[in-house]
Amino acid sequence: MSKLLTVDSLTVRFSTEDGTVLAVDGASFAVAEREVLALVGESGCGKSVTALALTGLLPGTAAVSGSVHMGGQNLRGLPEARLRAIRGRDIAYVFQEPMTSLNPVLTVGRQIGEVLRRHQRLSGAAAKRRAAELLELVGIPLPVRRLSEYPHQLSGGMRQRVMIAMAVACRPRLLVADEPTTALDVTVQAGVLDVLRTLRAEIGTAILLITHDLGVVADIADRVVVMYAGRTIEEAHAEALFARPSHPYTRGLLDAVPNPARHLDGGLREIPGRVPQLSDSPDACTFADRCARADTTCRTRRPSLDPGPAGHPVRCWHPLPVPAAVTTA
Amino acid sequence: MSAALEIVDLVKHFGPVRAVDGVSLTVGAGEVVGLVGESGSGKSTLGRCVTRLIPVTSGQVRITGREIGQLSRRALRPLRRNFNIVFQDPSSSLNPRMTVGAIVAEPLRLHGIGTTVERRARVTELLDQVGLRGEVARRYPHELSGGQRQRVSLARALSAAPALLVADEPTSALDVSVQASVLNLVGRLQQDMGFACLFITHDLAAVEYLAQRVAVMYLGVLVEVAERAELFGRPRHPYTQALLSAAPIPDPVAQRARRRIVLTGDVPSPVDPPSGCRFHPRCPVAVERCSVEVPALRRVGPSGATVACHLVADDGTPPVVTDRR
Repeated sequence: MSKLLTVDSLTVRFSTEDGTVLAVDGASFAVAEREVLALVGESGCGKSVTALALTGLLPGTAAVSGSVHMGGQNLRGLPEARLRAIRGRDIAYVFQEPMTSLNPVLTVGRQIGEVLRRHQRLSGAAAKRRAAELLELVGIPLPVRRLSEYPHQLSGGMRQRVMIAMAVACRPRLLVADEPTTALDVTVQAGVLDVLRTLRAEIGTAILLITHDLGVVADIADRVVVMYAGRTIEEAHAEALFARPSHPYTRGLLDAVPNPARHLDGGLREIPGRVPQLSDSPDACTFADRCARADTTCRTRRPSLDPGPAGHPVRCWHPLPVPAAVTTA
Repeated sequence: MSAALEIVDLVKHFGPVRAVDGVSLTVGAGEVVGLVGESGSGKSTLGRCVTRLIPVTSGQVRITGREIGQLSRRALRPLRRNFNIVFQDPSSSLNPRMTVGAIVAEPLRLHGIGTTVERRARVTELLDQVGLRGEVARRYPHELSGGQRQRVSLARALSAAPALLVADEPTSALDVSVQASVLNLVGRLQQDMGFACLFITHDLAAVEYLAQRVAVMYLGVLVEVAERAELFGRPRHPYTQALLSAAPIPDPVAQRARRRIVLTGDVPSPVDPPSGCRFHPRCPVAVERCSVEVPALRRVGPSGATVACHLVADDGTPPVVTDRR
């Protein structure tokens, strides 16, 4: 698969009243054409900031370094006007809470029409027709009628579908979906995940899915990048990550979720301690303080993201061995 | 010994909104019952009625045999030590101006339990039981993490040793790794202290982990109540089947091999719920009778499971639910 977007050594620092906060610490990963890449981690691990940094959506208090390449150009060096053209057309976003992303005083049709007018110079009847097509694509019944409705008239699931319809109006090559189903009920979530699958199949959009929900990852992701304290710490195909996690933090996350398919004796495993908030990038593993396998090396030397025992990249001095039962798999 | 909680035909209307519309459910002494449902199902309203945070429209709520559904606030006050509730968001349910120690001691103080010295000792003990160091008693809620605050909420709720704890989405606002520790904690406390628990959540995995019995709520009514293993192993109501099939499990191989029942449409408005079975407009297998006749929650099969569906046979055989599309 060819690379659509390549992120290299992306670092984001915020200056706050309490000093500098290192939100993203040299994150590197690539999204291939048409793939669903899940960026996974707990709150504060830097996944949403990474997503916003791709197209320069962070506020002025953020200092960003590193590169984000797409189609032969580094988005990081582009002026705002060029980025604005790329956002929506090449890279589109869907966020967690559709109610705060939609304009409450404009009809659904107006809001989708705005995207079409701006990027595709469609207006009037043509824009309306295309907007209805888009609503149909995301599984909204009676699309023509919905065009004249306001966001408050729609349910949460419908609003999120409208957001996705707006996001894919210009057939973006990459859809960045930041916790798109987190605010939704599971039966509604299932429908929205189906919509994402449809988009990939029908318009070939790659999806960067940001989520903390391992069930959603298991359902839809091709590959997974796990983030911890601003660093990317493990990267693997979904099946491999769940079956052969190499980083102790990844293992910890998997063991912390109740899984009906895999009952654990003695309760859910807990990860002691909490995610550190860093101002500088330490020459150490940032998980060392919470890790049972940590030793002096982990506390004094920075691990790099290298192929581990399971064959996929892991940032750990003492990656977990591959479980015996699946070594042959 | 009477049940910790008996709800009989409970109704709660907010003006035209029929949030809870005739629910009967029992939680035995020391039993953990999971109440699952999606947003708008009325599960949180039920929790608030049971703890009398809001008045009930009609029906009965008995806690350890005492009817509290219609009691005045004054008459209710001494009985409140028998039950308590923890909420989803501990940062909005803990008074920011009180120290943790004062927060945890408050139920003891209100119910006149112990002397000041005894209460202080009890607070230390409670904090220890929820896994917090005693020095936390001098801190304020904003100094604590979300997981620690939820531990404080639990310590407060359990300080007067209630017979019933209502837990309303206690882990939903927490990160995965913190969720695990709070779920473990609730389970451990429940075993140590023996309180009964109505565990309200949309998180099926959490319910499967903690509850002995599970009640499924849809649009103000219960559609199915069964033992945990039975409910998850053989869901009978088409809604339960759809709900379980929609919740993804964290295992890509298993998850991708699953068959999912996709429901069409959204949960209808509780202002004007559908006729007959409330689920019938979204039910993939509904027949004409479903739109006319309200299905009673009736016992099916040998185990004591109850289901409100015309299509579940008396021996408990569920309808085969396939996608309509």
